[in-house]
Amino acid sequence: MPKRTDISSILIIGAGPIVIGQACEFDYSGTQACKALREEGYRIILVNSNPATIMTDPDLADATYIEPITPEIVAKIIEKERPDALLPTMGGQTALNCALDLEEMGVLEEFGVEMIGARADVIEKAEDREKFRAAMDAIGLENPRATIASSPAIRNEQGKITGYDRATGIMEALKAIDDIGLPAIIRPAFTLGGTGGGVAYNREEFETIVRSGIEASPVGQVLIDESLLGWKEYEMEVVRDKADNCIIICSIENVDPMGVHTGDSITVAPALTLTDKEYQMMRDASIAVLREIGVETGGSNVQFAVNPDDGRLVVIEMNPRVSRSSALASKATGFPIAKIAAKLAVGYTLDELENDITGGATPASFEPSIDYVVTKIPRFAFEKFPGSEPTLTTAMKSVGEVMAIGRNFSESLQKALRGLETGLSGLDEVEIPGLGQGDDSNAIRAAIATPTPTRLLNVAQAMRLGMSLEEIHEASAINPWFLEAMAHIVEMEEKVRQHGLPTNQTALRELKSMGFSDVRLASLADTDESKVAKLRADMDVHPVYKRIDTCAAEFASPTAYMYSTYETPFMGVLSCESEPTDKKKVVILGGGPNRIGQGIEFDYCCCHAAFALEEAGYETIMVNCNPETVSTDYDTSDRLYFEPLTSEDVLEVLRKEQQNGTLHGVIVQFGGQTPLKLAQALMDAGVPILGTSPDMIDLAEDRDRFQKLLVRKGLKQPENGIAYSVEQGRLIAGQLGLPLVVRPSYVLGGRAMQIIRDEEALNSYLLGTLPELVPGDIRAKYPNDKTGQINTLLGTNPLLFDRYLEGATEIDVDALCDGKDVFICGIMEHIEEAGIHSGDSACSLPPFSLSAEMIAELKRQTEILALSLEVGGLMNVQYAIKDGEIYVLEVNPRASRTVPFVAKTIGQPVAKIASRIMAGESLASFGLTEPKLNHIAVKEAVFPFARFPGVDTILGPEMRSTGEVMGLDSKFSTAFAKSQIACGTGVPESGTVFVSMRDQDKEGVVEAVRSLEDAGFMIIATSGTQKFLKEQGIDCAKINKVLEGRPHIVDAIKNGQVSLVLNTTEGAQALADSRSMRRAALLQKVPYYTTLAGSVAAAKGIVAYKAGSLEVRPLQSYFG
Amino acid sequence: MTTADAWSVKPATALLVLADGSVIEGEGLGATGDAVGEVCFNTAITGYQEILTDPSYAGQIITFTFPHIGNVGTNDEDVETVDMAAQTGVRGCVICASITDPSNYRSASHLDAWLKARGLVGISGVDTRALTKLIREKGMPHAVIAHSPDGKFDIDALKQKAAGWAGLEGLDLAKDVTAKGAHGWTETPWVWDAGYGQSEAAEFNVVALDFGVKRNILRLLSNAGCKVTVMPASSSADEVLAQKPDGVFLSNGPGDPAATGAYAAHTIRGVVDAGVPTFGICLGHQMLALALGAKTIKMHQGHHGANHPVHDFTTGKVEITSMNHGFAVDTETLPANVEETHKSLFDGTNCGLKVKDKPAFSVQYHPEASPGPRDSHYLFQRFTDMMREHKTNA
Repeated sequence: MPKRTDISSILIIGAGPIVIGQACEFDYSGTQACKALREEGYRIILVNSNPATIMTDPDLADATYIEPITPEIVAKIIEKERPDALLPTMGGQTALNCALDLEEMGVLEEFGVEMIGARADVIEKAEDREKFRAAMDAIGLENPRATIASSPAIRNEQGKITGYDRATGIMEALKAIDDIGLPAIIRPAFTLGGTGGGVAYNREEFETIVRSGIEASPVGQVLIDESLLGWKEYEMEVVRDKADNCIIICSIENVDPMGVHTGDSITVAPALTLTDKEYQMMRDASIAVLREIGVETGGSNVQFAVNPDDGRLVVIEMNPRVSRSSALASKATGFPIAKIAAKLAVGYTLDELENDITGGATPASFEPSIDYVVTKIPRFAFEKFPGSEPTLTTAMKSVGEVMAIGRNFSESLQKALRGLETGLSGLDEVEIPGLGQGDDSNAIRAAIATPTPTRLLNVAQAMRLGMSLEEIHEASAINPWFLEAMAHIVEMEEKVRQHGLPTNQTALRELKSMGFSDVRLASLADTDESKVAKLRADMDVHPVYKRIDTCAAEFASPTAYMYSTYETPFMGVLSCESEPTDKKKVVILGGGPNRIGQGIEFDYCCCHAAFALEEAGYETIMVNCNPETVSTDYDTSDRLYFEPLTSEDVLEVLRKEQQNGTLHGVIVQFGGQTPLKLAQALMDAGVPILGTSPDMIDLAEDRDRFQKLLVRKGLKQPENGIAYSVEQGRLIAGQLGLPLVVRPSYVLGGRAMQIIRDEEALNSYLLGTLPELVPGDIRAKYPNDKTGQINTLLGTNPLLFDRYLEGATEIDVDALCDGKDVFICGIMEHIEEAGIHSGDSACSLPPFSLSAEMIAELKRQTEILALSLEVGGLMNVQYAIKDGEIYVLEVNPRASRTVPFVAKTIGQPVAKIASRIMAGESLASFGLTEPKLNHIAVKEAVFPFARFPGVDTILGPEMRSTGEVMGLDSKFSTAFAKSQIACGTGVPESGTVFVSMRDQDKEGVVEAVRSLEDAGFMIIATSGTQKFLKEQGIDCAKINKVLEGRPHIVDAIKNGQVSLVLNTTEGAQALADSRSMRRAALLQKVPYYTTLAGSVAAAKGIVAYKAGSLEVRPLQSYFG
Repeated sequence: MTTADAWSVKPATALLVLADGSVIEGEGLGATGDAVGEVCFNTAITGYQEILTDPSYAGQIITFTFPHIGNVGTNDEDVETVDMAAQTGVRGCVICASITDPSNYRSASHLDAWLKARGLVGISGVDTRALTKLIREKGMPHAVIAHSPDGKFDIDALKQKAAGWAGLEGLDLAKDVTAKGAHGWTETPWVWDAGYGQSEAAEFNVVALDFGVKRNILRLLSNAGCKVTVMPASSSADEVLAQKPDGVFLSNGPGDPAATGAYAAHTIRGVVDAGVPTFGICLGHQMLALALGAKTIKMHQGHHGANHPVHDFTTGKVEITSMNHGFAVDTETLPANVEETHKSLFDGTNCGLKVKDKPAFSVQYHPEASPGPRDSHYLFQRFTDMMREHKTNA
C-alpha cells in the first residue's frame, strides 16, 4: 500500500527538555521522523521547547514551533496550522501524554486532526495498567501477580475530569500489601522512566513509594507487582505495519536482573541466554501484544521477565511508541526504527521500504541478524546530588549511557566501561565498603546484592577476593553466563599481573580481543600506557573494523558504520572492512555519554560540523559512543565509527583513516571536554587539529598563563589564586578572604564547584569533597593516606579559587572568530546572579537590563580575548558585572552549551559557520551582520530533583540541570512566562504568594510583589519580610518560618495553600533552615524562585501571562 | 615460569582446509578426526542445536555468524533429526568465540561434549565474518574440517581430500538420512512447562515421505490432526497410495534435488496425478517442482538463516521465515499449470508454488521453524483445509 494522499500536513510533537528518562534519543527519533516525512512531501509542523535539538533546526520542518509542550499551547498551534494528522509516537511520554490530553479536550475532533502511528485508545490500552492487564489476559499471557490502585476521577458538571482523588487512591493502594506481600514493585501509570515508583522491602518503604507513585501518576494510578527480583529481564523491539506484518528488530537482555529500571540496567543485545524455543515464545508474545493492544503501525517495545529456574515468561509492560530502547536497538542493529515507523504511519508497508544500510539491496521487511555483541552501560550523576542514595530501583536515575560493540561479550563490556568516561579503563579494582570490619563475606555480599552504579565492579572485585561464582550468583542474581565471562577477564588480569605483558603477537592480540585497553594493561603490568601502545605497534597488533550491516555479512553493505575489534587473522590476513577512501577528510570527535554538563548541545554542534563540512566537500567521519544521539546515526556523517572516546581508540581510527586519502584534520572543539582531553595525545601523534590550537585552549584553562594575558590586555578578573595542595588551599583562602568560589581545574559542568562562605565549609570541601574526586589508580597508589591522595590529584588538577562577587550579574557571550575577525553571536544576561552555574541559570538573549555602553564594552573585551587566543571557530566568555565593572570569569575557546540556543535565536547556523572556519574559510566570507532582533529568547534550565529524594534544590556553582527549554516571544515577560511553562514550573494565575527575602534583597523585590498583589494574588511573608512589605504599603499576612513553630510555611505548602514561593537566604544556617520548604515546594509542584533576579522576572512573567493569552509563532516567521 | 612461557601460544588444534588450498586455523571442538563437506553459513542467532541436528545439512559444514554459540548448552528436547543414532547429517561446524559454560534451565550438557558424543568435528577461534564474506563473494567452498588435539595435521592430505570431494551437486543424500522403514509418528509440539505431547484423535491419514524430515514438521502435522506415517524416500507411488492417505507430505532434506528427484519425482508425480492433496517443504518443494516438469538450480551462497522475508502472493503479507537451502526452483521453468505463490524478498528467488488443477502446494522455506520464527505455521492449517475440502468433495 503506498503512502496516504488524503493527508498533506502532519504535526509532530517533540519530547521537550532533556530530563532523566527522556534524553537525546527523542531528538534522534524526531529528527528521523521529520526527515522521513518531509522526503515524502508532507508539510511538517513541529513543536518542541528544546532549542538544543537538531529537530528544531529551521530547515527540518516547514513550521517549527519552539513553544511549551502543553495541551493548551499545542491546541493553539493546531488552531493556527490546521494539520491533517498528529504523530504522537516520536516524542516520548511527553508527546504521548500531550496527544491524549488534546484528544480528551476535544481539540483533535474540533479541528479534524487524525492521530497517526498510535490512536488514543491504543495509547490508553497500553499505558493504563488495568486495561493492559485485561488485554494480556485476553491473549493468555501471564502478568506478574498484581493489584492496581486507582484514584477515582473527579468530574465537573459537564462530566469532564478535573482531577483525581489521590487520597482515596493511596488508601486503596495501602491495602494491597496483604495480597501482594513484600518485597513489592510499585509502577505508576503514564509516567516516564518509572518516576515515583520503586521497590519496597518493608512496610515503611511501601507507604512512601505508594504515595510518591500516586502523586507522580497523572491519573493517580499505580500498579503493585509481586516482586520478580532476580528474574531475567528482556526487551523486544517490534515494528508492525498496517498490513499486519510484524518484525522483531532486536532482543535485549539485561545483565542486571529484575528490580532495576531498564534504563538504569547494564544491557546486552542480542539476548544471550535463551534457547530458540524460549526466544520464539517471547517473539510470538511480543507480536501478540502489539496486535491485542492495537498498535497498527510503528515501533513498540515489550518488556518481559523470565524465571531463570523454569523459564516462566511474564509480560511486564509495553510502550506503544519509539523509546530509548528503540534508539539503542536502531544503533545496535543499523535498522532505523524511527524513520521506518514514521513511514509506516503514513501508510507504507514494510516490504515497500528499503533497508538503507544494505543500500536498498534488501527490503525493510526482515529481522536484522547481528554478528557481534552490544553492551550498554548507563551513566549516573549521584555525586551531584549529595544526600541521595546511589541505589538503583525501578525509577530511572541515570543521565546518559554508553554503548559499545565487540565481537564477544568481554570485548564489548570492557569497551563500554572505558567509554563511560568515569575514569575506568576496564573492570577496575574498587574498594568494597566495610571490608576488614567484621565478616568480610557479608560486606562483599552486601556490595553485590544491592544494585548500585558500581555493582559490576564490585562483582569483579568479589571474584578477586576469592568469592565463588555460585556465591556471587546467589547474592546478585546476575546470570552465571555473564559472571563466567567476567571471571575470565579477572583471570587474565591476574595472569598479566603475574607474568607481565605477552611477548608474542598472537597472545597479545588474544588479550586485546577480550577488550583490554592499553591503559588497563599498563596498570596491570605496572607500566605506562605509552609502553603498551609501543609494544602493540612493535608487534603490529591493531584492531580491524567490521561493519554493522543488519545482516551478519550475508549481503555487502555500502554503509560505513563500523566498530573496532581485535579479530584473529583469517588465512593469515586480518579481515578489515573499513576501506578508507582517497578523499580529503575531517574527523569529528563526539561527546560520549550524556552527563550533567555535557549533553545534547554538544551533539548538536558535532552534527552541524558534519553537515557543514559535507557541504564544503569534505568526507566527514564521526567517532562517538552515545547511542541516543543524532551524531551516531549512520547518515549524519559519511562514515561512522562507534567507538569509545579514549586516546587509544581514537588514534587507532585515525591510523586507519590515514592509510588512504588526506586527513585534513580533527575537530575536538565541539564535543565538550571529552575530545578536548584527547587534544594533547592527538598532537603528540602528529595529527592536525582544526581550529583553535590546543596550546591556546590550554592557555585559557591555565590560570597563570591566562592571568598574564588579562593583565597584558588590561582586562579584569576576580581576585584569585591556585592551590596545588591542601595546605596551599588554606593559605590562599586566607589571603583572598571569604566568600570564595572554588573548583578543580579541567572540569565541565562545575563538578565539585562550590561557594565557600565560612571556615567550616572550606574544611569540609578540602577533606570531604576532594577525596571523592580522587581516581581509583591514585587511591590504590596511596592507600590510607588521604592527604597524599588529594595532593597527588591537585598536583595535576590544581584548585582554582576566585573571590565570589556577591550579587553580580553574570553574562555569557558566544563569538565566532577566524583569527582575524570576530563576530559576536549573542550576549546573554543571566537571570540568576553570578555564583549559579551558567548551565543552571536562566538567561535572556538579548540582555534585558544592560546599557548600550555596557554591551559595547562586552563586545570590545570579547574581541580582544578572541584575537589574543587566536580563536579559530567558536568561543564562549563568561563575565560578571558588579558595580559597573566587568570581570572575566572564564573563557572557553570551544563550542559552548549555549550555541544551539544562540543559533536559533539569531537565525544563523553558528556551529556550521564555525566548522567551516575551522576547516580554513574566512569569517568574512559568510557576510555576517549584527542581528537586529525584534524578539527575545529566554533559556531556562530543567532539574531532576524530584528523582533524588532528600536532596536540597538550592542552585549553586555546581551544575545540576539535565536540560533546557527556550521561551521565544516579542517581550521579555512573555518569553520568560513561556520558558517557565515549558520547563514544567508553570505560571500560577491566582492564589497566594509566599515571600521571604534576605535583607539585601528586600528593597529589590517590592515592585515585583506589588505587581503580583495588583494582579490579584494574596501575599504572605515571614516576619522580617512581612514587616518590610507592610511598610511599603503592601497588604501582607505573616506566616511562621519552620523554626518558629506550627503551622508554618511548609505546612501551608503541603496543604496546597501556596501557589508561588519567592525566597532568598543568607548564610549557611538560613540555607539549611529553608531546605524543607524548597523540598515541599518541589513535591507540591509549586514554582519557587531562590534569587532576587529570578523572583523579579517571575513576577513580570506572571503579570504578562495574566494580562493576555500567549501567542504562538513558528521560528521561521521570526526571520526573513 | 618465564613471561615467554606463560604467554606461549599453543599450536592450532583444528583446521578448515578449503579446496583451493587455503587453510584457516583455530581451536578444535567436539570429535577429533576430519570430515569433508560444503561450507555454508547460517545467520540465526538462536537455535544452534536444532540447526546441528537438521538432516538437511547433510554434507555441509555450518559456519555460525553469531559469535557466541553454545551459551545455552544442549538438551534432549531441541533435536530435529528423527534418528539420533544416525550420524549422517551435518559434517561439522565453525564458530567464532570459544564455547562458554552453558546457562539455561534446560541445559543438560556442554555443546563441546555434545559435539564429541555426536562425532561432530568443530573449530572455534575463526573470524566467521570473514568466512561468511568469502562465501558471499565466491560461493560455498568445499572443505575439510579437521581436529587434532596435538596440533599435528597432514595438511597436504587434507588439501587433497578437500579438492577431491565432488560436492553436493548430483549427490543424493536423502538416501542416507531417510527412514529405514515405515513408522508412525504421534509426538506433538513442545509447550512450555509440559514438553512434547502426544496426538489424540486424528482426522487425516497422512503419509510423510522422508527425505531427511525434521521432527517439528511431523509434530506440527500431528498437532494439525494428522495420523502420520513416515515412509522411506525410495517408496513408490503405489506403496504410498496403498496407505490410502488423505494427504501426502514431501519432506525437507539434504543434497541435490535433481539427484534425489531422479527416483522420487516419479513417486511424487504418481501421488499428484492421483489427486491426493500434497504439501512439500524445502527439498520436497524442489522435487514437487521437478515432478511437475520444472528445473532446479544451485544457488551461489544459498539461504541459511532465521530472518528471511517471504512475500505470500495469496495473502499479500510478508512472513519472516527460517530457511536452509542451497538449491532453488527456477521460476522460469515452471509449467503453465503451476503458479508461483511465494518469493524471497531478499533476492526474488522462488519460495512457493501451487498446482492450479491439483490439490498440491509447497514452500521452499521452513514453516515448521525450529529454529526460527513461527509466522508460517498457518501452512499446516492450509494443508489440512485442503485435505478436508478434498474429502468433502470426494
